[in-house]
Amino acid sequence: MLEKALKGTPKYWILVGLLLIIIAAGVLTFLRQLQEGLGITGLGRDIPWGFYIAQFTFMVGVAASAVMVVLPYYLHDFKAFGRLVILGEMLAVSAVLVCSLFIFVDMGQPSRVLNVMLYPTLGSPMFWDMMSLMGYAGLNAVIAYVTFGAERAGVAPPKWIKPIIILSIPWAVSIHTVTAFLYAGLEARHFWMTAILAPRFLASAFASGPSLLIILALVLRKFTKFDVGDVAIGKLAQIVTYALAVSIFFFLVELFTGLYSDIPSHTAHFEYLFKGIGEHKALVNWMWTSQILAFGSLGVLLMPSARKKHGLLAVVCGLVIFAIWIEKGLGMIIAAFVPNTFHRVVEYAPTGPELTISLGVYALGALLLTVLYKIAIGVREEVES
Amino acid sequence: MEKDRRAFLKIAGVSLVGAGSTVPLLSALTRARASGDEPAAHPEVRWGMVIDTKKCLRKEGCTACSASCHWAHNVPTMPEPKRHEVKWIWKEQYEHAFTEQHHGFTNEALAGQPVTVLCNHCERPPCVRVCPTQATFKRMSDGIVAMDQHRCIGCRYCMAACPYGARSFNWSDPRPVLEASRSLRDDFPARSKGVVEKCNFCAERLAKGERPLCVEACHANGGRALAFGNLYDESSEMAKLLKRSHTIRRKPSLGTQPHVFYIV
Repeated sequence: MLEKALKGTPKYWILVGLLLIIIAAGVLTFLRQLQEGLGITGLGRDIPWGFYIAQFTFMVGVAASAVMVVLPYYLHDFKAFGRLVILGEMLAVSAVLVCSLFIFVDMGQPSRVLNVMLYPTLGSPMFWDMMSLMGYAGLNAVIAYVTFGAERAGVAPPKWIKPIIILSIPWAVSIHTVTAFLYAGLEARHFWMTAILAPRFLASAFASGPSLLIILALVLRKFTKFDVGDVAIGKLAQIVTYALAVSIFFFLVELFTGLYSDIPSHTAHFEYLFKGIGEHKALVNWMWTSQILAFGSLGVLLMPSARKKHGLLAVVCGLVIFAIWIEKGLGMIIAAFVPNTFHRVVEYAPTGPELTISLGVYALGALLLTVLYKIAIGVREEVES
Repeated sequence: MEKDRRAFLKIAGVSLVGAGSTVPLLSALTRARASGDEPAAHPEVRWGMVIDTKKCLRKEGCTACSASCHWAHNVPTMPEPKRHEVKWIWKEQYEHAFTEQHHGFTNEALAGQPVTVLCNHCERPPCVRVCPTQATFKRMSDGIVAMDQHRCIGCRYCMAACPYGARSFNWSDPRPVLEASRSLRDDFPARSKGVVEKCNFCAERLAKGERPLCVEACHANGGRALAFGNLYDESSEMAKLLKRSHTIRRKPSLGTQPHVFYIV
């Protein structure tokens, strides 16, 4: 199948070339980080986790959201997702690559990362997170490879793949749950110590992931002959609407418990996010932007006519992704450390090198996705002709 | 398809039962405990420390404990920015060390005053609980929370988990800094970049039957604010202090059971 990725239009090669340039910049900066240490980032003793870990969290959500197309298609036999499901699985595989790389670049001693498996520690959520992510990538890769191979050969997929597909459904839920457990079990960080963290993660994931899938499907429709169909896009838009509504609801539930109880160690983090503490208000504008975008997008998405206008839908989906990226990719991780355990306010901002490495990681994921989608489109064209 | 849905529900049901059965297992493993409880069947040795803040404050500006500790353990004085600081024992203002005890009417003798803080060597250490490689671990024999710097992958999960801010990460290589200040010692391992470190309660001195250096330095300097000993040895200096005085611990409600006690 791989040969499909080696033949393409100039536009395809321009995209690949562009991504390779960004990846090269990321790799070079990462080599510098290896040489000099994580000191080239904005992290420090008060905020030991920042941009990298936040991106990891956001992308686990994107990976898990593939279940939103796999479940309707395989469990409910929702045939309209027939052409979409492979896009979802390939997005999941690429997203897991991005997650793993963000963990990797965050390590102080990346060469020792296999210690997690050499000395398996069942009490550490990080061990389980690694296991569940690897397992999920494996499941999706096998499923995509086998089902797509069968489609190419014009035969039904083998029977043994069915239980594996069904297993991948709860597994998708597990990756984001375990990711939430990384944070939610820490008595030192009251901002994270909330039972609704995992449900919140899942709800926002099921809004942002399918939004990304809609945009990708619309891009493919515009630039290639690959069309997932209006019904599939309409259904995905509905899924985004429901998930976004639930995500906003969960957030409000969190806000009530956090604020009404009026315990300083809980309220302080919300205060930092939405009001700022003293002159420290780095995230305030971001967080309000996120809220306005989330509520505004929901308002638009609730109108069935708006969901049918694909230009508008693409824009709204972009805003949903941005709103959730701010919430998870900025606020969620950083705010837990502000104020710190001494109730001191120390702020954090990612540095240039940190952002360059992050862009490189995202570009690497985008490259894998581009190649996988290229193969999918090539094989589909071959089958259809 | 109806069949597949049923199969899925079956799997889901079985998993739920499986997950449910772990709850009694977990509660069997975790003893019911109030935040101040110590284990009923106690171990023979649990090293602990009592810090008398009143005595400590009498020696204004004294840094004997931290200076000697950092000198003996190759703890570098990292250049700016402050966020790259590495420290094992240092002073925090009372309201920042005791975030739950401070109030608007704290007496002047305490409010804003420096209090010595270090790793609490908790009986139930969150850092050990979360470490994915057991690079940080609690020694069963004496309760010291120790580090294996060669196993540490530098993920900093322990720093996120520690409620006391006791852990430092090497954001860059500490050796050049130590060499530049001519303080690199060869009788104690220096760390590499990318690993976490913290106070080890002077495990290397305890092995020789000596007290931790901070305690020695405090006494040598006439402060006598730090006492060290086995919590379960009734004859030890600190067991006596604990019996005699009212002591508090940092963030007791979290149930970590610190082994560093404070007389305030």
